[in-house]
Amino acid sequence: MLLGQSIPRREGRAKVTGRAQYVDDFVLPGMLFGATVRSAAPRGLIKRIEFEPDIPWSDFVVVTAADVPGVNRVALIVDDQPCLAADRINHPEEPVVLLAHPDRHLLEEARRHVRIDIDPEPAVFTMDDALEGRAIVWGQDNIFKNYLVTRGDVDAAMEFADLIVEGEYETGAQEQLYIEPNGMVATASPTGGVTVWGSMQCPYYIHKALKALFALPGDKVRVVQMETGGGFGGKEEYPSIIACHAALLAWKSGRPVKLVYDRAEDMVATTKRHPSRTRHRTAVTREGRLVAMDVDFVIDGGAYCTLSPVVLSRGTIHSAGPYVCPNVRLHGRAVATNAPPHGAFRGFGAPQSLFALERHMDRVAAAVGLTPDELRRRNFIRAGDTSAVGQVMRDPIDMGALLDRALGISDYHAKRARFDEINPSLRVRKGIGLATFMHGAGFTGSGEDHLASVVAVEATADGRVRVLSSNTEIGQGTNTIFAQIAAETLDIAIDAIEIAQPDTSIVPDSGPTVASRTCMVVGKLVESAARGLRTELEKVGLGDGTAGPDAFRRACADYAVRFGHLRAIARYAAPPGLRWDDETYQGDAYGTYAWAVYVAEVSVDTTTWETRVDDFVAVQEVGKVINPVLATGQIEGGVAQAIGWALYERVVWREGRMANGEMTNYIMPTSLDVPPIRVFFEEQPYAFGPSGAKGIGELPMDGPAPAILNAVAHATGADPRAIPMLPEALMALLETPRV
Amino acid sequence: MSDAPAITVSCRVNGTPAELHGHPMDRLLDVLRLELRLTGSKEGCGEGECGACSIMIDGQLVNSCLVPLLHAQGTSITTIEGVAEGDRLHAVQEAFIAHGGAQCGICTPGMVLAAITLLERTPEPSLDDIRTALAGNLCRCTGYTRIFEAVLQACRSMPRSGA
Repeated sequence: MLLGQSIPRREGRAKVTGRAQYVDDFVLPGMLFGATVRSAAPRGLIKRIEFEPDIPWSDFVVVTAADVPGVNRVALIVDDQPCLAADRINHPEEPVVLLAHPDRHLLEEARRHVRIDIDPEPAVFTMDDALEGRAIVWGQDNIFKNYLVTRGDVDAAMEFADLIVEGEYETGAQEQLYIEPNGMVATASPTGGVTVWGSMQCPYYIHKALKALFALPGDKVRVVQMETGGGFGGKEEYPSIIACHAALLAWKSGRPVKLVYDRAEDMVATTKRHPSRTRHRTAVTREGRLVAMDVDFVIDGGAYCTLSPVVLSRGTIHSAGPYVCPNVRLHGRAVATNAPPHGAFRGFGAPQSLFALERHMDRVAAAVGLTPDELRRRNFIRAGDTSAVGQVMRDPIDMGALLDRALGISDYHAKRARFDEINPSLRVRKGIGLATFMHGAGFTGSGEDHLASVVAVEATADGRVRVLSSNTEIGQGTNTIFAQIAAETLDIAIDAIEIAQPDTSIVPDSGPTVASRTCMVVGKLVESAARGLRTELEKVGLGDGTAGPDAFRRACADYAVRFGHLRAIARYAAPPGLRWDDETYQGDAYGTYAWAVYVAEVSVDTTTWETRVDDFVAVQEVGKVINPVLATGQIEGGVAQAIGWALYERVVWREGRMANGEMTNYIMPTSLDVPPIRVFFEEQPYAFGPSGAKGIGELPMDGPAPAILNAVAHATGADPRAIPMLPEALMALLETPRV
Repeated sequence: MSDAPAITVSCRVNGTPAELHGHPMDRLLDVLRLELRLTGSKEGCGEGECGACSIMIDGQLVNSCLVPLLHAQGTSITTIEGVAEGDRLHAVQEAFIAHGGAQCGICTPGMVLAAITLLERTPEPSLDDIRTALAGNLCRCTGYTRIFEAVLQACRSMPRSGA
């Protein structure tokens, strides 16, 4: 039995010895280095591009928008983003000119001597300015996307409510800070087509973008993933731009080009988590039953649409949380501002809206006079209930049991009472807080149908099996769990399984590595394709499916002699009965959900107003756990990222530009900052995941921030409603200014 | 940078005598990666914050992005490539694999070297010792917890001197 075992990470040996090849380790003969010249201004018309004297420009490869062979757009959802700005600028750090040269130092010198003259135009930098239309910077109204989901009659319910609780909550941008900056190496020519190697999550996104940019057929574009040093969503869509840039320089120069960002460039130019603002208006009975939820959820998308509609959709759907409520109105808007586009980041909108909800629920509990856990318990959604978006929950859900377990392990009630007692005499006050939440696994609504992912599994004559998918190993364990699933299904040794490097010239499109879909959706396809291999052997009389590794090897050898190449493919088919209406935004939003209860214990120093997380308990139901060590690592890593988002990581904006784009002044958690993170799994198998597994990667990003702020509220009596909650923010809430 | 004369620096790298070439202020990280093709040391930030470029110079853990080539003269350098003996991994490397200490792997070479530096000085570290010793090496994937576990397990499996 391989599933449920902590099989060591397959590429672990290469990683601990330094042999794993990342893009910056990859060298081609005659390779040039590339650099990107970007706009300083946030918005305006490009008047002139001046190449200042004292630089031997003839030694440089110079690319502008005029050099684009095909369509100058980054193909994604709405084709509004140019690959290189041609006539106008819509955000600071927008790419305008590309340079390449064999010497990195001279290249950097040259980059500083390209001057882009811009006629400034009015810009907007806040969500409120965008909504008020202070300047129209995108479309007719600065709105990328607008969702309105309604259920019941919110206004009527509010009118007769026992109690209404209102609140406004904000979350800041979060820098990705994968430790490997983005980068690509490209070769390109009109005859040979375009090939790129790089750090990425989604090879076929890049494939699509390159095809459009170069007006090339698919078979003339090849995208190869190198070892990827962290992704978190930050290498979902932005790598398409870098691949396009590297390929343009290679196309023009006829030489290979490496374009690797340094940290500062990666921080200021690439995508961050969308800032958000959420307003809640909640009607509740005196007994603490939710009667109506009115949610207004706004995210800042930056200057181009990119993935904002999809981030908004997930955030909006998750904004009602794991609760049942008869009257719901969820209004979501993604607005344009003149900042670099915000993008995919672990949780994809859900952490933002769940932060607001779970902080708000504590305030509702206080208004009703219930403990935070009891208010939640009275409103948990159960199997058979209908969600805010009209999804009838068919699988078993037991949030109450998760809550009991988390309260027990964390000793929540005893600690709450004890902290209340001792806090008045303490300078460093103690608090404990919780959050209860869920995360939908896989693409939202009909997304997986549109993707129609394909996985192939093939076997050689000596019984070695190769799994072909476009899903990438970015640290989360794709290689290992796919091998476990294939070996288990075929009943062969895991060492007989090879996971093909994602290379669009050999792997089918199994969709992007995002949305907690790799294990659940694509892993299921790995299982199905592996089963297809067995079925094929059985069909020709070469195996009975229970014969074990030796018989499998013999069967493969016989098959090769008689029929040639043994290969099976599996294509995604929606679980039966799923329905989704893209117009009303009602239906089965996700095939299934992971459910969780997190508890944070904090200390707040009332002199410095620093908050420390002292203990963290993460209890979740994620279906079958395929690899406990890897799964635990996902939860711990997500919790740490969320601690950073809640307490440390502040992006300082100056006119749409990140002003603290360095690791010295943008602070992420170190080994000294993380608490003990205690991880517990409940396993309720999901019928349509491999051996019952669900998605897991994003879930741990959702709960920690509200749990921590609820704990801070408990410790201090403050009512913090915005993150990151740095000491100065808490001080402003609690100290009266001294004159 | 280009107006300073190029120099040759003699040192030992992973136990072998080596000559490194470049300008005095070239970053040792670049020289190791480009001239010796020792690409296990990674550039995560280029400003000494992340520790992905950690190497050992004369037994001291340093950020090689902050060390000028000139400073390597006469030193003994260990990079991640010099940690395993042939196919035999160091106990810390084995423990990182077994206990989930590596996810994306980009911080791993520096983290492994930081852990080895700690264990050479403090063979039986407390959890606080480990937290402190690794504080200069940032990891965005693991939340550090599996790394602490790997270091604790590694020191349990390492032979004690005099034992």
